[in-house]
Formats: sequence, C-alpha cells, structure tokens
Amino acid sequence: MNRYRKRTFALELAMIAAAVVIAFPVYVLVNLAVRAPSDTSSPLRPTTEPTLANFTDAWRDGALGGALGNSLLVTGVSVLLVLAVSALAAYPLARVRRTWSRGTFALIMLGLVLPFQLATLPLYQTMRDLGLLGQAWALILFYSGLQVPFTTFLYVGFIRGLPQDFEDAALIDGCGYWQAFRHVVFPMLKPITVTALVLNAVFVWNDFFTPLLYLSGSGQQTMPVAVAGFVGQYVSEWNLIFAALLISIVPILLVYFALQRSIINGFAGGLKG
Amino acid sequence: MTITPLRRPRAAPATPPRTRRHRAAPPWWFAAPALVLFAFVVLIPSARGVYYAFTDWDGLSPGFSFVGLGNFGDVFDDPDARAAIGHTVLIAVAVTVVQNGVGLLLALGVNSIIRSRNVLRVLFFAPAVVTPIVTAYLWRNLLGPEGAVNALLGPFGLDRNWLGDPDLALWSIVAVIVWQFAGYSMVIFVAGLQSIPREVTEAAAIDGAGPVRRFWYVTRPLLAPAITINLMLSIIGGIKLFDQVWALTGGGPGHATDTLSTLIYKDAFTLGEFGYSIALAVVLTIIVAVASAGQYAVLSRKEAGIS
Repeated sequence: MNRYRKRTFALELAMIAAAVVIAFPVYVLVNLAVRAPSDTSSPLRPTTEPTLANFTDAWRDGALGGALGNSLLVTGVSVLLVLAVSALAAYPLARVRRTWSRGTFALIMLGLVLPFQLATLPLYQTMRDLGLLGQAWALILFYSGLQVPFTTFLYVGFIRGLPQDFEDAALIDGCGYWQAFRHVVFPMLKPITVTALVLNAVFVWNDFFTPLLYLSGSGQQTMPVAVAGFVGQYVSEWNLIFAALLISIVPILLVYFALQRSIINGFAGGLKG
Repeated sequence: MTITPLRRPRAAPATPPRTRRHRAAPPWWFAAPALVLFAFVVLIPSARGVYYAFTDWDGLSPGFSFVGLGNFGDVFDDPDARAAIGHTVLIAVAVTVVQNGVGLLLALGVNSIIRSRNVLRVLFFAPAVVTPIVTAYLWRNLLGPEGAVNALLGPFGLDRNWLGDPDLALWSIVAVIVWQFAGYSMVIFVAGLQSIPREVTEAAAIDGAGPVRRFWYVTRPLLAPAITINLMLSIIGGIKLFDQVWALTGGGPGHATDTLSTLIYKDAFTLGEFGYSIALAVVLTIIVAVASAGQYAVLSRKEAGIS
C-alpha cells in the first residue's frame, strides 16, 4: 500500500487543487498591489504593466518604517522575556510534585481559558494610572504576562519528558539549581524554545486589539495598527492598501519560511509531551 | 550554550536508580517572576473585572455604586447582547466543525505519499501565521461587491453581497477564519497521524478494511489526543474572536455580526458603559469555561474508553 498508484495521483491532483484555492487570495493581493490605480479591470486579470510605485507610496504615507521598528522592538523584547521567565518557572513546576507546585501550575493554566476581554479594561486603568499608556513598555509587559500560561505549558510538558539523570549528576557534582538550570536544563530545552519563540513571536507581531487600545494617538504604532490606520485613510485605494498589506506580512512570512520545519516538528513534540 | 560541568554524564550511579532519593527539586522562587507577571497582567485584572461587573462604573468617574446582578439582568434584556451571544456561539461551533473537518482532510492528504506533500504542508499552514487583521482586510476586498470572489462567481450567477447581506455576513466571517486556520488544525492532525505506527493501519488493510473503515476504526481512535487539542483550540478561539470581525464587518450590517467581543469593545470605549461591558465579558468567560469543561469531559471520557 506504499506504492504510488493512479489513486495516489488523483489524490495529488485534488490536494494541488486545494492549494490553488487557498493561494487564490494571495494571487489577487499581489496582482492588485502592482497595478496602477488607473487600471480598473477585473481583479482576476493579470496586470499588464506592473509597477512598484504603490509600495514606495504606501511605505512613505503609512509611516510603515516607524511601525516596523516598534513591532520589532515590542516583539523581540516580549518574546525574550516570556521565554526566560516561563522556562525558569517550568523547571520546578515540572519537577516538584508537591502541593504548591501543582497549585501554581493549575493557577497559571487558568490563564489559558480566561478570555482577555475580562482583564482588558481593568488593566487599561492600571496602565493609565502608572503612566504607561502610549509606551512600548505597556505592550511588552502585557504580552510577557499574557503569554506566560501558554509558554509555561509547553515547557512543562517538554521537561517532564526529559530524563532527570543529567541534572541529578550536575547537582551531585556540586552545581546549584541555578547553574543546573542554566547549563544543563535550558540547553536541553532548545527544540521547544524554538517552537515557543516562533509561536509567541507570531502572536505578538499579529496582535491588533491591544496596541490599538494602548498606543492609540501616541504615534508609536505597531504594524497591524499602522495598517488599520492606513486602510481607514485610503478607504477605496485598494492598490495602495494591498501594497501596505504585503509590506506588513513580509517579515512574519520570512521568519515562518526560515523556521517552518521546527514549527511543524514542535507541534508534534508538544502533542507527545 | 554548552553543558560545562558534566564530564561523565552517563556515569553509573553508586546505588541503583530505583532506590536513590536524589531527585532534583528546584526551588519555588524560580516560578516567582513568571507568576508576578501573570498576576499583574491576567489574574488581578480579571478578578477586578469580575468585581466591576457588579457596579455601574463608567470607567472614568471616581465614584460608582453596586448594582448587584443588575448588569447581568440587562444583558439578558438587551436584544443586541442576546444576538451577540447567539452569533458568538454560532461562529464558535461553525468554525470548530468546518475548520477541523477541512484540517483533517488536508492532514490525511499531506500525510499520504503524494509527491508534493512537503511543499503543500508549508503552504497550507502559511495563512495561519499572517496577521489576522491583514488577511481580514484582504478578504474585505475579495468579498466586496466588485471583489475577486464575485468576479469569479459572477459568470455562474452566484455573485452576492457577502459582507453586506445580514444573512450571509456571519457565514462569510466563518469562511475567512476557516481559510486562515484550517492549516493550523492540519498541522496538529499531521502530528497526531505521525504518532500512529504504520503497522497498525497496514494490518487493518491486510485484514481487508477499506480506507473509510480503516480511518473510522483504526486512525480516528488513535487520533483522539490531536482531536481533543484541535477542538479545544478552535472553540476557544472562535468564542474570543475579535480582530477579523472588526476588520471585516465591524459587527454590521446593523448588528448582524456583532459578537460578544465587538460588543464589549463598543460598550466600553464608545458608550462608556464599563460595568455593563465587563458583565458581558463575564458572560463570555462563563461560556468559554462551560464549553471547554464540557468538551474536556466528553473527550477525555472517549479517550479513556479507547485506551
């Protein structure tokens, strides 16, 4: 049953057809983004005289450069912070089978179910009272806390699947727990760290609601907010809008294509753990 | 990073491992930074949220008073809120069923021996990493009156006002979500499929089971953990949905696609009904909790029954 037969060929064709359907919007996106505004023919027709002018216009008018910098800063710092605190927390939570450990883990896991709408408004008040609104720090703090449950969950599952012999040996050799964590445990977590890094980065990079709330009117926008503002401003100039949309998804797609193998493997690992 | 302090990691222990009591027990304070961040961002604000749900606070005034269950009474008297709850549940259920159905079919496809499987796997998952607000704007154009979908379907007389027709708009949103996240379900299903030993399905094939019977009686039970995770993720995601609804329809036309999330945002930030809006969030929380607990109970019983 492992041979390539006629039926396999039929399946192959069906799957390629599915791929064409899924990729169709991307074709329209690129097609319209390289089209001059004067060309109003059907969006399905390939553009005859493609131009890159839309991209330069969108980049300039949408202040996308600044937004790109902000998004990189917020995403980079939040992800590093959440990975660090979650990996550290996961170590005792995975290894210690005492009441406090189980209780803390259950409390953190509660965060996977609580809808963020419940916390959004009170947290908004707190951020305002602390004078953090309009600053990248508000977002960094927010994402680092918000993503703790998911990231800790991934790490705990992974650590429980690791043998304890190496840390035990290190501890017997006179390492403290901190050293054992830094030099023995954390390096072994690399596969799940890569997965957690990508999934968190995708989440933070893509989030729209929170920066809309915290940064509105500050000029310190992230990419999704800048794009939304751009769409509002250039309501029906879809060629420009499409160029802006394309610019905004390039960074995340680059990261995805570079790391897709580890992402997909990471899912497999997470499922077994 | 290197494993520096270990010269002989595989050294035989002095006593047999079973009786040895040197199990690592790292200290509790390793969990403290994560716990503090989590408490600041999620736990404390959520608890305060529940508290405000019983008040008439507008979010700005220094004073407010307790209204008991008043806000919750209002939620059920408010036709817009009742409609939003209905839409939220409908979207969550529809997305869960369709997204996982499509995801499973894609997974079975790319897990077969077709030649394009690796390329397809990467391609199918790609929409899931793209910013939802961006794909939503893209689809707003595609589904518009002059958009590509109508240009494609027009010759067959199937062109519609996908986002402007109150009867269609909700389903259009579901379609966009499925387009974006079917690949996400697929990847989890593929991971599950790969954990099934090839011999098991081969044995069933030798016993004369066709592909459908093989799937139903062999693959499906062994896929239970992946099914559980997928259903949980998509139902919770569907209930919390905001960005896509906001960018595609803004809750319209009228209130035809308002979900709890969009209504909460509107009530809090455009109408200043802070307490009421948080009461809506509490209702949302209860729906999420009941849905996930119920699902977990049903699915884990099924999983247990199999193994």
